[in-house]
Amino acid sequence: MIKAILIFNNHGKPRLIRFYQYFTEDMQQQIIRETFHLVSKRDDNVCNFLEGGSLIGGSDYKLIYRHYATLYFVFCVDSSESELGILDLIQVFVETLDKCFENVCELDLIFHMDKVHYILQEVVMGGMVLETNMNEIVAQVEVQNRMEKSEGGLSAAPARAVSAVKNMNLPEIPRNINIGDINIKVPSLSPF
Amino acid sequence: MALKIVKGSIDRMFDKNLQDLVRGIRNHKEDEAKYISTCIDEIKQELKQDNIAVKANAVCKLTYLQMLGYDVSWAAFNIVEVMSSSKFTYKRIGYLAASQCFHESTDVIMLTTNQIRKDLSSPNQYDTGVALTGLSCFVTPDLARDLANDIMTLMSHTKPYIRKKAVLIMYKVFLKYPESLRPAFPRLKEKLEDPDPGVQSAAVNVICELARRNPKNYLSLAPLFFKLMTSSTNNWVLIKIIKLFGALTPLEPRLGKKLIEPLTNLIHSTSAMSLLYECVNTVIAVLISLSSGMPNHSASIQLCVQKLRILIEDSDQNLKYLGLLAMSKILKTHPKSVQSHKDLILQCLDDKDESIRLRALDLLYGMVSKKNLMEIVKKLMLHVDKAEGTTYRDELLTKIIDICSQSNYQYITNFEWYISILVELTRLEGTRHGHLIASQMLDVAIRVKAIRAFAVAQMATLLDNAHLLTGNMQRNGICEVSYAAAWICGEFSEHLENPMQTLEAMLRPKVATLPGHIQAVYVQNAAKLFATVLKSQEGNTDSTAAQETSQLMIERLPLFVQSANLEVQERASCILQLVKYIQKLQQKDVEVAEEVSALFAGELNPVAPKAQKKVPVPEGLDLDAWINEPPSESESEDEQPKAIFTKEETKHSRPRHIEVDEKELARRREARKQEQANNPFYIKASPSSQKVYQDTPGVEHIPVVQIDLSVPLKVPGETQHQGLPMSDQYVKLEEERRQKERAEKKKKEKKKRKEKRSGRGKKHDSGPESEEDITPAHMVDIVTEEMPENALPSDDDDKDPNDPHKALDIDLDKPLADSEKLPVRSHRAVEAAKSPGEDGDAETVATQQPKKKSGKDKRDDKKKDKDKERKKSKDEKKKKKHKHEEKEEDLLRGEVHEPVVQSEGISQVAELPTSTSAEVSDLDFWLSNAPVPSNTQEAATVAAAEAPVAEVVSGAAQDSEPDEPKDTEMEETKSSKHKKKKQKKEKEEKEKKKKKRHHHHHRHSDGGGEESVQNGTVEEEEPLPSMSNYCLLAENSYIKMVYDIQGNLQDGSQVVVSVIFENKCDSFLKSMEFNVLDSLNSKLQRPEGSGPHDGLTVPFQLPPGVSNEARFVFTVQSIVMPQKLKGTLTFIVKNEESSTHEKLDFKLHFTCTSYLITTPCYSDAYAKLLESGDLKGSSLKLEGVNMPFHHLLARICFHHHFSVVERIDSCSSMYSRSIQGHHVCLLVKSSGQTVSIDAKCDEPTMLGNVLDEIKQTFSQC
Repeated sequence: MIKAILIFNNHGKPRLIRFYQYFTEDMQQQIIRETFHLVSKRDDNVCNFLEGGSLIGGSDYKLIYRHYATLYFVFCVDSSESELGILDLIQVFVETLDKCFENVCELDLIFHMDKVHYILQEVVMGGMVLETNMNEIVAQVEVQNRMEKSEGGLSAAPARAVSAVKNMNLPEIPRNINIGDINIKVPSLSPF
Repeated sequence: MALKIVKGSIDRMFDKNLQDLVRGIRNHKEDEAKYISTCIDEIKQELKQDNIAVKANAVCKLTYLQMLGYDVSWAAFNIVEVMSSSKFTYKRIGYLAASQCFHESTDVIMLTTNQIRKDLSSPNQYDTGVALTGLSCFVTPDLARDLANDIMTLMSHTKPYIRKKAVLIMYKVFLKYPESLRPAFPRLKEKLEDPDPGVQSAAVNVICELARRNPKNYLSLAPLFFKLMTSSTNNWVLIKIIKLFGALTPLEPRLGKKLIEPLTNLIHSTSAMSLLYECVNTVIAVLISLSSGMPNHSASIQLCVQKLRILIEDSDQNLKYLGLLAMSKILKTHPKSVQSHKDLILQCLDDKDESIRLRALDLLYGMVSKKNLMEIVKKLMLHVDKAEGTTYRDELLTKIIDICSQSNYQYITNFEWYISILVELTRLEGTRHGHLIASQMLDVAIRVKAIRAFAVAQMATLLDNAHLLTGNMQRNGICEVSYAAAWICGEFSEHLENPMQTLEAMLRPKVATLPGHIQAVYVQNAAKLFATVLKSQEGNTDSTAAQETSQLMIERLPLFVQSANLEVQERASCILQLVKYIQKLQQKDVEVAEEVSALFAGELNPVAPKAQKKVPVPEGLDLDAWINEPPSESESEDEQPKAIFTKEETKHSRPRHIEVDEKELARRREARKQEQANNPFYIKASPSSQKVYQDTPGVEHIPVVQIDLSVPLKVPGETQHQGLPMSDQYVKLEEERRQKERAEKKKKEKKKRKEKRSGRGKKHDSGPESEEDITPAHMVDIVTEEMPENALPSDDDDKDPNDPHKALDIDLDKPLADSEKLPVRSHRAVEAAKSPGEDGDAETVATQQPKKKSGKDKRDDKKKDKDKERKKSKDEKKKKKHKHEEKEEDLLRGEVHEPVVQSEGISQVAELPTSTSAEVSDLDFWLSNAPVPSNTQEAATVAAAEAPVAEVVSGAAQDSEPDEPKDTEMEETKSSKHKKKKQKKEKEEKEKKKKKRHHHHHRHSDGGGEESVQNGTVEEEEPLPSMSNYCLLAENSYIKMVYDIQGNLQDGSQVVVSVIFENKCDSFLKSMEFNVLDSLNSKLQRPEGSGPHDGLTVPFQLPPGVSNEARFVFTVQSIVMPQKLKGTLTFIVKNEESSTHEKLDFKLHFTCTSYLITTPCYSDAYAKLLESGDLKGSSLKLEGVNMPFHHLLARICFHHHFSVVERIDSCSSMYSRSIQGHHVCLLVKSSGQTVSIDAKCDEPTMLGNVLDEIKQTFSQC
């Protein structure tokens, strides 16, 4: 079972959190902080497994993470999951993000947290691995996106136009974008 | 109206969407909290609007804020609103928000049930998918119960996308609603063979998750998983299955043997590291489960270790980590094979990666030997120095102590070295393990007597330099060490070189800054030291020295008398008074030293930490009972006294009697000893250890070792250094010592050789010394810890009672009962109208499917219910009660139901045990096919289990195939089905599945033959002829009695006779009295107070045409012979005009069969039983038996209370057990009309009688 999936950046800012067991909001933030503390002090060339994390689970649980450019993808799993399998799953997830967002970068995750959730939902459900085939995942996500489009989307056409106008007036937009030039480089790993 | 819409959309244009919110937050880095609070206000406004799009947008933003740590549970209702939108876009937002912030105590969840149900059955598969995903995160017990059936249906959805989600979510449903597991399991099992790989993977996932917690319930799935493992190419599925096998093998070693070959093949062939790693892991698990006596599996171990070495040597840190992790599993059972890779593991200790270093440390634990312990610890000490101020250093410290102290200090050859290591460890600052070091010091000093002198000297120096330790005052800090030092110096003060100096050190004012519990020990041990000092000083002529010592005590102790710590204060003031008194005596020139030291005489024995827990509660003692009446509630006292007794660890080293009156002391000691001797609760030393340690002279016998004084006895603090830390010097010394020994040995050997002149020196003298060659520096005898005499053997840690998986420990092989159906929505009103007056069962009926039932069907259901209840409790009384209920009901309907009782008997006695045992035997069958020539013993038992089967195995399937439509309940055990499944093609399988469902439907009708015929539900199947164990007892024109005898499993001397009384006349029968003439062997149990010849009143009256059942309990002594008892029934026949007294004589026949109880038996246990050789055999041949074999078996099962252990074609093994525990085994073979029965039993007389009775049964038909 996967107990939690956390994505945060190099500064510990959460980009997506998904707990499969109930924790209060305060506890969730504490777990994020603790996990960030544990993960961030590790070099990039050490192993991707980490015991401990007193807040979440006990000795049966492990943190398995990958570090891509500015983002950490951390999965907290118990002993029923294969460590290397989860590492591959993270890779599949990131590659899927890359496909769905076309060269995914941290900004995509920042502004489209909901979409990232929807993609994740096709990979993991209720703490159990649902699908590991990337093409299948992408196909399902795309069908659902098309459905959303046909319904007019959340912020339908007029609102989108306005938001475009609003954006034009905002000078600080470019300032935001400069963080985003660091794309998550998805290294092609040996196939699973 | 139009205007309003336009206005709405214009409003919306200025609403923030999620992107705007994120952007806004990023632009307000300085006052983020303030900005967000204004946003939340806006969101609240938006949520108040009617427009669902606005609401959805608001909820979407809330989801984002939730991630940032804001509690958004206040919007739960709005989230539900958005969830119920008809548009997919909004619905998805709603479910996402719900899955992020709903949990079990969110109260609006109960509003969602119907919405979710609607979504689940939506024609749009993505609506369903979104609902399933959401539900998987917030399912509650209520939701699980209400929706379980809907989700079950979805498991067979046409779209694999939905199927896989439905399968996965079932796991969550099981967790929340364990009752759903059994009804849903068959379908889940089907999904293992789903054509879609995703669904299959999901099913494997769920079953693995279930099996991990309760593996034994899933053993029967092993063949299926095995098939999947050998056929699947999906690595995810393979990994899961292989992991599952890892959990199953400890339960079934034979499975392990079967697995080894395919797993090794996979190891050789796969290129995926993850799969390779899991295979290795499972092979290790298999090897662990087989660890005893499997010499030819050393190849597998070698393969594993070799593969792991490759992993560890890999440059990928992940593989390195996992390799070490798996190594540590091998280490437990095969330490030798790991030890050969010591170099590699030591190398990993230097790795830059902490995770890897920690793993390597774990492995070190098993690598040490007498030879390399010092070397390894030395290396670790180096690491300790390097790892300043990290948790890793603490980990190192505990590991060093673990390694050294493992298995009772087995590997330590030189305790002086160990003590100095401990002393060196005290230099660590900021460690949290001071307590650990302290307890080690105490343990070694107490248990290794030879080391005491050395330890005391070291501790004295530690006390002298205590200021080095006291820098860290936090609890459990390094200052704890001074606790140990003070105690050791005090307790073994006779070894002190300069006790006066130590006494002085212990009474320094700085001590008052130590934690309370340490101060207390200081004070107490100062008193002990004082006694020693006095003794040494009184020997001298100069008495002033002794007086000066007393003066010192009197000056220093008041500091402690003022201590805020009660314990310190109390001890200090007692001792102060004592010293003052001594001083008085000293001034009168009285010699007191003897008496003072008598205060502290005697040796303390180490007591095992668990000793107290292991003292068994003596019989008849109820610890929960009130000693006095509980105080009335009005006298509630506040709980202050509790606060006074803090949890400080205060070791009362011994009872303190301050009075100096020696006689009184001696008297009391004597009295106490007496009391202890008589007191069963006092933990006494075992007699042997008492002999050794209680006499003081014993101590002197221990060889006190000459300490080489080339080593300075000082703490390696900042002052003293000669280049090496002290422990290193011991390492050197030890090496020298060993070399010397070796040299001596060589000399001896040479001498020998010279004497013998045996030509070629086969012995390699210069080879590395083996373990045994290293003799410890001095003979240490390590005192074992004491245990109470009759210690309870096991005190395993209880499992967490709150574990949700505990509820899922459910036997899945039992056939389903009707009442276990998943609850389905039903119209309660109709249901209620249908079942009036069924108070007891109304609840269960209400939850059942509202299918239309005829009266008869309904009764069948009731029977089922009752069967189930019966299974649950064998309580005789309860049974009786149920019977009565049933009878009463029958009375209401005015029908006579003998068959009802019969069918009950059948289903109860025959069906259930056979089907479960057959399931297990099926697994055995699969396992026994394993090629296992290696272990002869194991193979023998397997063969024995197969023995009765072997001859007929071939062609079994084909033979039984044409029979299949005729199969009745008995044969429909899953056993036969499984075997056929293997051989038949899928088409047929499907057919059978259908049939299975059919059977489920038929089951109740099959049970009672007569009824089923009436119902017309059985057309093509040949039913079992109706059977009844009730035989006629007596009959006249008024009444008919039939009876049946059943053994009572709980009581080996009781049988229950059930008698059905049937009124045959038109009159009312009342005042029935049942009486039996007791024999020596069998007696009717009568209520207390009645004489041996009194009759028992039958507890009912019989209206015309009605029958009812009464039960009578008999006690029997010997059950090996059948016997008959004479008896009489008296009753009054009453009609309108008159009433007459009538009487009916009868003879009760207790057959040996009636002492047998149907007991299921697993085939392996059965094989063992037969092997044991305790049973005596006998056999029987029946000619001209003209009935199908399964009828024959059914008859034996039913009439003679046997159960089928294993059956193949026309050969079957059967088992039963008598109420007094005799085993009866039958092997029944049929060929043509001849049936031969070979029987074995541990009581030949009984066996003969049983066989006679079987013969009679078949001669009647």
